[in-house]
Amino acid sequence: MKNRLSLFNVTSLALGFAFLYLPILLLVVYSFNASRLVTVWGGFSTQWYGALFRNEALMDAAWVTVRIAFLSASLATVLGTLAALALTRYGRFTGRTLFTGMVYAPMVMPEVITGLSLLLFFVAIGFDRGFWTITLAHTTLTMCFVTVVVQARLLTFDRSLEEAAMDLGAPPLKTFFAVTLPLISPAIAAGFLLAFTLSLDDLVIASFNTGPGATTLPIKIYSQVRLGLSPEVNAASAILIGIVTIGVTIATILSKRSLARAERNAL
Amino acid sequence: MARSLTKRLVSGVVPAVPFLWLVVLFLVPFLIVLKISLSDPVVAQPPYTPVFDWSDIGGFFGKLDLENFEMLVEDGIYLDATLSSVRIAGISTLLLLIVGFPIAYAMARAPVRHRPLLIALIILPFWTSFLIRIYAWVAILKPEGLLNQALMGIGLIHDPIIILNTEAAVYIGIVYAYLPFMVLPLYASLERMDNTLIEAALDLGCPPWRAFWAITVPLAMPGVIAGSLLCFIPAVGEFVIPDLLGGSETLMIGRQLWSEFFSNRDWPLASAVAILLLIILVVPIVIYRDVEARRLETQR
Repeated sequence: MKNRLSLFNVTSLALGFAFLYLPILLLVVYSFNASRLVTVWGGFSTQWYGALFRNEALMDAAWVTVRIAFLSASLATVLGTLAALALTRYGRFTGRTLFTGMVYAPMVMPEVITGLSLLLFFVAIGFDRGFWTITLAHTTLTMCFVTVVVQARLLTFDRSLEEAAMDLGAPPLKTFFAVTLPLISPAIAAGFLLAFTLSLDDLVIASFNTGPGATTLPIKIYSQVRLGLSPEVNAASAILIGIVTIGVTIATILSKRSLARAERNAL
Repeated sequence: MARSLTKRLVSGVVPAVPFLWLVVLFLVPFLIVLKISLSDPVVAQPPYTPVFDWSDIGGFFGKLDLENFEMLVEDGIYLDATLSSVRIAGISTLLLLIVGFPIAYAMARAPVRHRPLLIALIILPFWTSFLIRIYAWVAILKPEGLLNQALMGIGLIHDPIIILNTEAAVYIGIVYAYLPFMVLPLYASLERMDNTLIEAALDLGCPPWRAFWAITVPLAMPGVIAGSLLCFIPAVGEFVIPDLLGGSETLMIGRQLWSEFFSNRDWPLASAVAILLLIILVVPIVIYRDVEARRLETQR
């Protein structure tokens, strides 16, 4: 009786997933369209993928985007992990309320505000806009997401393991690297991936903080999309979707395996 | 001695580094927006009177005024944009609840072994680019787009329906893009619900709809509140969705800020719009922070 899905439940799930996946599927299918008119099917062709790789401006933008995403996600992972440790292991220090406020606010704050305020800050201190301003802006936004992911892990794991290490005479720093860090590393990895994806994806904050020579892929795609549908954008999107799907699938399989291994070791 | 000093230094660095980072790159920029919103625009690069002219502190405070905010009130477009943003975000949040609840409910009732897969399927679209997912809807909703082709193909309509560049398209876009943010908190609270409560109510002769309203809905309330805030707050300031799907008719405050900044190059006015947007959102943001902090505490 319990846990049996009714017809209504099955229908909601089917409609829900159709709603979520059909637009993405159509986008990918139409990237193989021979016609320049994106919504009229003119036969199968891979010509837009060829055109994409010959489009140097788009390729440059992709390279800039990946470098920014990698740098900002790395910085955000370090800062976010430190922030999570501060929030879970330091009790009630002065400024804690302000700290939690500054961690949660950027996650829900409309991007136009974050983007504008950072830009005005960079102009006020005379920092040239470009690659580094986007990187710093993305680090600030994404470190908050890393904090929440790592914090959730720190709050649920068994602290007696840390206490045992300390009781046996391990200094705090050694305890951290030998016990805490391995235990929270899946959450840190998940935080890094989240930060990387968010940076890869961001249009608004990057648009405010960009400068000469720092056009990111979303800025480039947005300027093309504003002019109308473009089969090249479909092809670029299909590639990005492919990369993300493969990445997420591998990550899921790996985390399942490490979970299975941990369970075996526990037996 | 030296060792305890290192220890104290190390343990002090942990909270200090991220704290300082956020103060410098989140709090200070904010105060700068507030200041610039009070200063006057000039035709220059950067296009506003400098804020930090240390040699002339007295003159600097003399130059601050509420001119930009007076303009926001006098020019009806900003007030209209604010009201319509709140209305669009509110209606979208309600639609998200209506669409998201049955999905979250079905996920919470699914066999335990299928749940990780269902959660992964809800999250996966979130990992693909937001911009691309909105772009996908342009091809679907256009007058000669895929939806109209399909509806005309099966003979349901004879003339294409106009959806793209209307408010309806904005609702579809927001519901589509924000659905994971509504479903996951709802699922989290529904999953913890004890099914025997419902069974007991039904055994005692309570009609199913009343059991739903008296038991399921109150127990799902934390999820409803978290999900609604998580959708409402960013939706009010949304830029990409109204810009790509809403057409020129759809007024939203985030879009207004964007055009003040990029088209009119009026930075002080753009800052004033940002402050206005923030004033609207400060209460929901504070509530959201408290809800989230409490949720993490109780997870312990």
